[in-house]
Amino acid sequence: MPTWSNLSLQDANSPLMEQLIFFHDHTMMILFMITIMVSYIMMTTMFNSYINRYLLENQTIELIWTIMPAVTLLFIAIPSLKILYLMDEINNPMLTIKAIGHQWYWSYEYSDMNNIEMESYMKPTNSLEEGDFRLLEVDNRIILPMKSTIRILVTSSDVIHSWTIPSMGIKIDGTPGRLNQGNMNINRPGLMYGQCSEICGANHSFMPIVIESVSMNQFMNWLNSN
Amino acid sequence: MSTAIMAAAPKASEKHSTAPFDPRFPNQNQTKYCYQSFLDFHRCQKVKGTNYEPCNYFKRVYKSMCPNEWVDKWEGQLDAGTFAGRV
Ligand SMILES: [Cu+2]
Repeated sequence: MPTWSNLSLQDANSPLMEQLIFFHDHTMMILFMITIMVSYIMMTTMFNSYINRYLLENQTIELIWTIMPAVTLLFIAIPSLKILYLMDEINNPMLTIKAIGHQWYWSYEYSDMNNIEMESYMKPTNSLEEGDFRLLEVDNRIILPMKSTIRILVTSSDVIHSWTIPSMGIKIDGTPGRLNQGNMNINRPGLMYGQCSEICGANHSFMPIVIESVSMNQFMNWLNSN
Repeated sequence: MSTAIMAAAPKASEKHSTAPFDPRFPNQNQTKYCYQSFLDFHRCQKVKGTNYEPCNYFKRVYKSMCPNEWVDKWEGQLDAGTFAGRV
């Protein structure tokens, strides 16, 4: 989850997010290289005293500065596409959960087995307990088993919402009348926080998402106790 | 809730399954997977009768894939004879 004065991305809790962080770092390396090179060239062009009044064309350098960026872009585009299609992949999931956006709360359905439905409202500030996070805590958390493939279907019953867990690299729009699929594979037990990411009305900021990741045994116990 | 999670040992051989990946719907948009399974279930029942066990496969799929609100709405429409699909 985000901690105080955190720069950059949150720590990864799923293989997908790990890949996204690798991609981010890789792209940033290229970006820094370009920025440094361009600023160096600009500095030298401003401060040198070489002048060539008769320069009209130079095919060679034009060829170089066309091919070079094209190759650089390939180095970004290929891993980017790889992750893009990896995020769409779903390999026979073990469990399906549904997240339905409402103005202004999320509701969840586990209907593979005993059809659990629950509503997840934000905890108001005056009922927070010691150690709770203001504007992030909810009354009913989504309980999920770690280290198993989970299909998440997101939809909405009114306006567009967006179901987001930054530490798992997930952001799926919930659109009325449409089912959007995503997949999760949680690396470790713990709590993962997120917020609605599509401006959906007055209380858009007050419909957070909390995942409680537990072991498979504990998950089955929870299922059976509901 | 959290105390319940910590409770006794789980049942060992839990039969557990959800709707599999369907190559007809390889995209992020799974709306049709839900709707088609709902239709298929009712078509299957229409042809084979209500006691034909294999039809329940479609039911399990649409139960997993469709939001309960949609299923309730469609079942209401089926009862009222206003369902838009060709069953
Ligand atoms: Cu929202």
